[in-house]
Amino acid sequence: MPSAAEATAPHKRIVDINALRKSYGDNEVLKGIDLHVRPGEVVAIIGKSGSGKSTLLRCINGLEEFQDGGLVVDGKPLLYDNASAMRALRQSVGMIFQSFNLFPHLSVGRNIMLAPSLVKKRDKTAARVQAEALLERVGLEDKFDAMPEQLSGGQQQRVAIARALAMDPKVLLCDEITSALDPELVGEVLGVVEGLAKEGMTLLMVTHEMRFARKVSDRVVFMHQGRVHEMGPPAELFGNPQTAELRQFLSSLQE
Amino acid sequence: MMPQFSYWDILRNLIYAGELTVMLSLIAFIGGGIVGMVLLLARVWRPQVFGSVFNIYVQLFQGTPLLMQLFLSYFGLRLFGIEVSVWVSAGLALTLYTSAFLAEIWRGCVASIPKGQWEAGASLALSFGEQMRYVVAPQAMRIAIPPTVGFLVQVIKGTALASVIGFAELTRAGNMIANVTYQPFTVFATVGLLYFCLCYPISLTARYLERKTNAVRR
Repeated sequence: MPSAAEATAPHKRIVDINALRKSYGDNEVLKGIDLHVRPGEVVAIIGKSGSGKSTLLRCINGLEEFQDGGLVVDGKPLLYDNASAMRALRQSVGMIFQSFNLFPHLSVGRNIMLAPSLVKKRDKTAARVQAEALLERVGLEDKFDAMPEQLSGGQQQRVAIARALAMDPKVLLCDEITSALDPELVGEVLGVVEGLAKEGMTLLMVTHEMRFARKVSDRVVFMHQGRVHEMGPPAELFGNPQTAELRQFLSSLQE
Repeated sequence: MMPQFSYWDILRNLIYAGELTVMLSLIAFIGGGIVGMVLLLARVWRPQVFGSVFNIYVQLFQGTPLLMQLFLSYFGLRLFGIEVSVWVSAGLALTLYTSAFLAEIWRGCVASIPKGQWEAGASLALSFGEQMRYVVAPQAMRIAIPPTVGFLVQVIKGTALASVIGFAELTRAGNMIANVTYQPFTVFATVGLLYFCLCYPISLTARYLERKTNAVRR
């Protein structure tokens, strides 16, 4: 039987975060984070606002600069002052945002085709075929020529997922992707994410959807005051929280 | 016996001077546009490095009268023994002046694009240049059209100040023609009409472009 240590041996890690520290001025928001993610693993990051969970996620693709520690994704270390290393790393890491961030001046299809055409030099026909396939996968095959603002929030977020997938990422970061949605639209987005998890995509998601985290994730990370406070399989973490902070956090959600 | 001037004589000479006004405006637009764009890109690309240079430049040329800038570029350069034609002096001063205003107008337009647009581009592995060109610039441009064109109309009228260093553009020509014809009202009315004929189509174009780019978004 493989031990836990063996399962996260360095060569089997797709995301490798070691002693990562980040501060804004004097305010240290990440106080030494260690997180190792296996390929295909689904990790849910939970915690109060201000616990540093979104900041951690944004460090993984270099949207936030950290001051100390190391971060390697798919064998590519994060190097801020090396533009080509940064470009290589970001091709391995897709990100989906709370506020969708679709490009409002481009049609849905061109939103998806833009990055593959520019970065991967994919020709127009191939990019179009891929974009159509991705739209079908997120259930929006008839929206290729629509403009983002003509879509509902749930549809926009599904386009954003398709856009991220167009770069064939190894890891997908989801930053509270359902928080800006009306309740009735949450399900359609989570359905797509669940499908990705089943297909073996490595997912790191900051979420407030505890039921979803419990159902889909392999591991739950509870962050508190800039540290990984507690970590484990969802059944264990939700069923038998070890620390007072996690118990308090979980009970605060039930009200 | 005083020479007689027909209205056609007046108009012909003013139109010739109007051509110089157009040339000078074009120099200011193109030169100011290029310099302004370079300033803007440097500022947006590396704010920590170029931010203060940008601010000083903009404050300097926005905070001093164009008239002084024209004097300085004409007489100032001569003080250092550099003989320049009025074309060079006026072109230089107007380029600097226009670039400062355009850079600041455009900076505001770029700043109004939500940060999430840059981040979405970055997370898709686009370079700074690609984020600017394909994501931010097209959106900023739509916002930039009305204030940019509004300012260009100001520049056309501002070229009148080049008359102080002896540049015989429309206003100075009007002055000279009024002095010899003794028909100041006719002459300056025509001068005003010619400025209007230059500026009004530009404003109309701006309105058209604004509508067109809005229609694309709808």
